[in-house]
Amino acid sequence: MDCVVTGGNVKVLAKAIHSLSRIGDELYVEPQEDGLALRSVNSSRSAYACFLFAPLFFSRYTISSGHAFRCKMAIKSVQAVFRSLATLEKTVEKCHIELDEQKNRLTFTLHCKHGLMKTHNLSFQDSESLQAVFDKDSYGNAFRSHPRLLVDTVVHFPPSLDEVTVSVSDDRMWFRNHVEEEADQSKAMLTELCLASDEFDHFAVQVHNSITFCLKELRGLLVFAESTGLPISMYFDEPGSPVVLSVTDSVLEGNFVLATLSDDPNHRKNNTRRARTPPPPPDDFMNDDIDSYLIAMDTSIAPGPSATGPPTPPLADSICSKQAAAANHRTRLHSEEEEEDDETVDSSRPPNKKFCSLFFGSVFPPSSQMTTQPVTSQEVLASDSEDDVE
Amino acid sequence: MPLSTQSQADDEQYVLVASLDNARNLSNILKAITFKDHAIFNATPNGLKVTVEDSKCLQANAFIQAEIFQEFTIKEDSVGFQVNLTVLLDCLNIFGGSTAPGVSTALRMCYKGYGHPLTLFLEEGGVVTVCKINTQEPEEPVDFDFCSTNVTNKVILQSESLKEAFSELDMTSEVLQITMSPSQPYFRLSTFGNSGNAHYDYPKDSDMMELFRCTKTQTNRYKMSLLKPSTKALALSCKVSVRTDSRGFLSLQYLVRNDDGQICFVEYFCCPDEDVEEE
Repeated sequence: MDCVVTGGNVKVLAKAIHSLSRIGDELYVEPQEDGLALRSVNSSRSAYACFLFAPLFFSRYTISSGHAFRCKMAIKSVQAVFRSLATLEKTVEKCHIELDEQKNRLTFTLHCKHGLMKTHNLSFQDSESLQAVFDKDSYGNAFRSHPRLLVDTVVHFPPSLDEVTVSVSDDRMWFRNHVEEEADQSKAMLTELCLASDEFDHFAVQVHNSITFCLKELRGLLVFAESTGLPISMYFDEPGSPVVLSVTDSVLEGNFVLATLSDDPNHRKNNTRRARTPPPPPDDFMNDDIDSYLIAMDTSIAPGPSATGPPTPPLADSICSKQAAAANHRTRLHSEEEEEDDETVDSSRPPNKKFCSLFFGSVFPPSSQMTTQPVTSQEVLASDSEDDVE
Repeated sequence: MPLSTQSQADDEQYVLVASLDNARNLSNILKAITFKDHAIFNATPNGLKVTVEDSKCLQANAFIQAEIFQEFTIKEDSVGFQVNLTVLLDCLNIFGGSTAPGVSTALRMCYKGYGHPLTLFLEEGGVVTVCKINTQEPEEPVDFDFCSTNVTNKVILQSESLKEAFSELDMTSEVLQITMSPSQPYFRLSTFGNSGNAHYDYPKDSDMMELFRCTKTQTNRYKMSLLKPSTKALALSCKVSVRTDSRGFLSLQYLVRNDDGQICFVEYFCCPDEDVEEE
């Protein structure tokens, strides 16, 4: 790979890397036919982000044809290349990125004002593809707004807040801080903001729903969106399936895929009441979900009696459910590897569909190729850590 | 003015009296060399020289010429003492060290001689504070024997361009390697960190390069931990002169302009790292 970024695009690239650093510790670099893909995933694999810079984004973009190349490296070291973000625009005139496969080196050369030239030779590791599977166009709820709207909304939440809950009705969107079930309710402070649909450029709601996801990654994307002035889109469906936040331009596309908490019946009831939607789905449907989730979470728990009773609090524990979802997801992947696709419709099937983290799974398969990729990536990521290539 | 009336009568006893309308002119420049507690003061009729050292490998000198002071009276050819620099800086900023325009702390610094404390009279807004700092036996500063005749390479840069490089330096690198050469790469700073290496190249015809006088290609490594404190001086300065001698010793001279536009100098000497390996 050999590419050159000039002018204001250097800052865009730098900002993208900084916002990816909010997600994970490693940067996955993949020069593709259709552009340079930069990706990151967090350690629990509940958040994934990808930026794709089209060849037109660069003044020069050439990749070695023939074989695909991918690598990963510590995101911190790439961040260090663009450390002085504030002055980047004024100082850097040209950024040259070159990949030397023989020497296992990715070289960033910054041509700065006054003839100063900064060369960073970064070592990397080989990696397999990292690809989340999502199809944002299939999601029921879709919104688009200027980043300012979300920035002004998010600013009201304290930096310590982990998760935020977003609820929608036909013409409104609510942002609320997520208070954990076991938190002392008397000490908890609730902050809620309501945005009218006319504040958005696009506001399409099919399902009156409420999702809870991590704020940190959203903040990361907002910094990028605000600095580039690109409108930000949000797509989501039901609780438990990921929310997709994206920015798109003619020369770049950024997608942040974040896990949402699995459904909490209490919240759901509240939301639906407030949104004046039709009555909540029949109880047996929900019980079924919780029930299947139980199986997914831990097969040693007998699902029997709870099938008729109301869902019990332990399941509603947000952190627990999130981790469990991830864990479940991993186990599912393993089982997929072992049994390939000869899984028949058994008791473990429904939970997979409804509650596992949909990140690298095949719930929304846009193509068969995409669904197989994540499995290999998982496999290799695990083994890769052992043979560190310097 | 309480400050002047009070001290007039005692003036006879002092071997050194130095007054400043703005104590920040002294505290700022002392900050540029604060990396160890103990500072050796040496006053001569030309002015004040303050020296701080680390592990016999690094030495920093701040020069404050007599003209910088509103009053500078010295009764001997040379007056030397050693004080705790951190304490001295705390005293100089005892009124909070406000940077608001029009607000400044006046200083009168007096020393009676060997065995006596360094006495500071500080006044701001009509309030006077008297600080007495115990002095210590002055140590003999290391003589780095850095002679301008032995200088092989010398560049003078506007500090702006070096500040950027120093603020971005990869601190996971144990050393900073400086290459100076009459040919490519002219002036290069290199680090070798956990994630790879980085080079900063300054061409000799850059507008940031005020002087370029390199006679021989020289590559030397200096401990990052030793050079780190010099960034404080860099931050204050407007120009910096980088010199190496035939032994590879490094001299960094910083030209610092104070609030009143007067010029002071800060100088750092650093020994090269011994085990220069192939690279």
